[in-house]
Amino acid sequence: MIVAEWKPMPELLERMRGVKKLLLVGCATCVAECAAGGEREVETLAPLLRMAAAKQGGALEVITKTLERQCEWEFVEELAKLTPAADAVLSLACGIGVQALAERFPQLPVYPGVNTTALSIREKPGLWTARCAACGDCVLGDTFGLCPVARCAKSLLNGPCGGTRKNGKCEVDENTECVWTLIFERARQRGQLEVLLKVRKPKNWSRSGHGGPGRIDREDLRV
Amino acid sequence: MSYKAGSRLEKVIAAGNFALTVEVGPPRSADPEVIRKKAALLKGYADGYNVTDNQTAVVRMSSLAGAKLLLDAGCEPVLQMTCRDRNRIALQSDLLGASALGIKNCLCLSGDHQKAGVSGKLKGHPGAKNVYDLDSIQLLAVLKGLRDDARQEGGDAVDKPVPFFIGAAWTPLATPEEFRVLRLAKKIEAGADFIQTQAVYDVKRFGAQLAKAREMGLTDRAAILAGVIVPKSAGMMKYMNKNVPGVEVPEELIRRMESAKDPKAEGVKITVELIDALAGLPGLKGVHLQAIEAEDLLPEIIKAAGLCPRPEI
Repeated sequence: MIVAEWKPMPELLERMRGVKKLLLVGCATCVAECAAGGEREVETLAPLLRMAAAKQGGALEVITKTLERQCEWEFVEELAKLTPAADAVLSLACGIGVQALAERFPQLPVYPGVNTTALSIREKPGLWTARCAACGDCVLGDTFGLCPVARCAKSLLNGPCGGTRKNGKCEVDENTECVWTLIFERARQRGQLEVLLKVRKPKNWSRSGHGGPGRIDREDLRV
Repeated sequence: MSYKAGSRLEKVIAAGNFALTVEVGPPRSADPEVIRKKAALLKGYADGYNVTDNQTAVVRMSSLAGAKLLLDAGCEPVLQMTCRDRNRIALQSDLLGASALGIKNCLCLSGDHQKAGVSGKLKGHPGAKNVYDLDSIQLLAVLKGLRDDARQEGGDAVDKPVPFFIGAAWTPLATPEEFRVLRLAKKIEAGADFIQTQAVYDVKRFGAQLAKAREMGLTDRAAILAGVIVPKSAGMMKYMNKNVPGVEVPEELIRRMESAKDPKAEGVKITVELIDALAGLPGLKGVHLQAIEAEDLLPEIIKAAGLCPRPEI
């Protein structure tokens, strides 16, 4: 899923300066799963914003709404009846949702309430770790189902750098597994270490953001 | 005899000599005198002088400029290039430039992560975007392509082959240890002619990994130079043992350093002993000696190890 984290409170409050009526919009999909922008987080953040504004001597009215998905136009449309009353929108969706609202309601400032960080899995309650970098050229078939593009700090494709800690963690973060150590272990368990001996050629990064904004154009799906 | 690049380092190794390289870190300034002074101190003591490429992700004079300054001062540089800061376009451009300036040895590295720069008093640039368009093994193959096929990575022709004696790093004792020999094999397959290793203090464990490499025929395909870092204190040894991946310092050496009256002299003595012990390992072709911020110790060590004068080539 797409995961995100709340922006720091001081940054949010700075954005709210001068705003009288705020439309705070959550998204019930990915960011709800990672407890950053679902209905519960919207209803938690709203009173915090009101209190902080009151403390600064202002009155902030916060209208809350959580959409099924902020990245789908049919759901975004539900906001049309609420936007006339608002002078700004704070979206707790990922960057896709924020942009969808800004595109549908161009007359209003739409601010991001979260930082979208990665495509992650929930390892255990309260812990999400990156699994996919959306690089557009999947290598998982050659790396025993573990992604070095997303999970190696250097996105190395031919094995671990010299920085693997004794306990198999990454030199960059003592809490992160060296994915190449995991790949090696899985290859060994399968008895296929020879697969890792193959020198992988330079990757084609043009299918990731480096080739310009991504596009999938399927004429067969148009009506 | 025909050479791949004809560098002094390549010729010394080809003639069967025990090779010696040292490290010269560029300054955190634009002052060429720093490099010139180190060159004057070390000239004639080594076959190659590694110039580091913004090691630990701290901004320093570029390795390319540092290498040219060394060359002009009569020391043959080993240009270090990391994949952290440049994509394949910039790397190849710098390689063409380096060759045009007369640089013949290049060591290909992944490079320290930009988070490594945050240590001690320095702020570094932890918010920097890294590149890693290529990894070190792919960079080796790129150099080999420029030299052997006169082709750029993308396939375009280069007017003339670009002669480099190609080097790679090896951390034989890092986790997962069993994979490290395979990774060495990949580096040699990709194009490495010589290898410089992470610092060795545990000669026995290093020797075991080297023996595996030898069994695979790797020591005949590339010249392996064992890394030696001059220890300056027991604290430094403990730090490296704990914090530098792949560096294993035996307890006995740390104790020796702790009880030494003059740790600096003891460090020199330990270094000479390490070089002697390493020189006895079958398949090892030389040492890569580093005295971090203490290059003035090197001439004494090199003389004491019997590695001076360097062979006539």
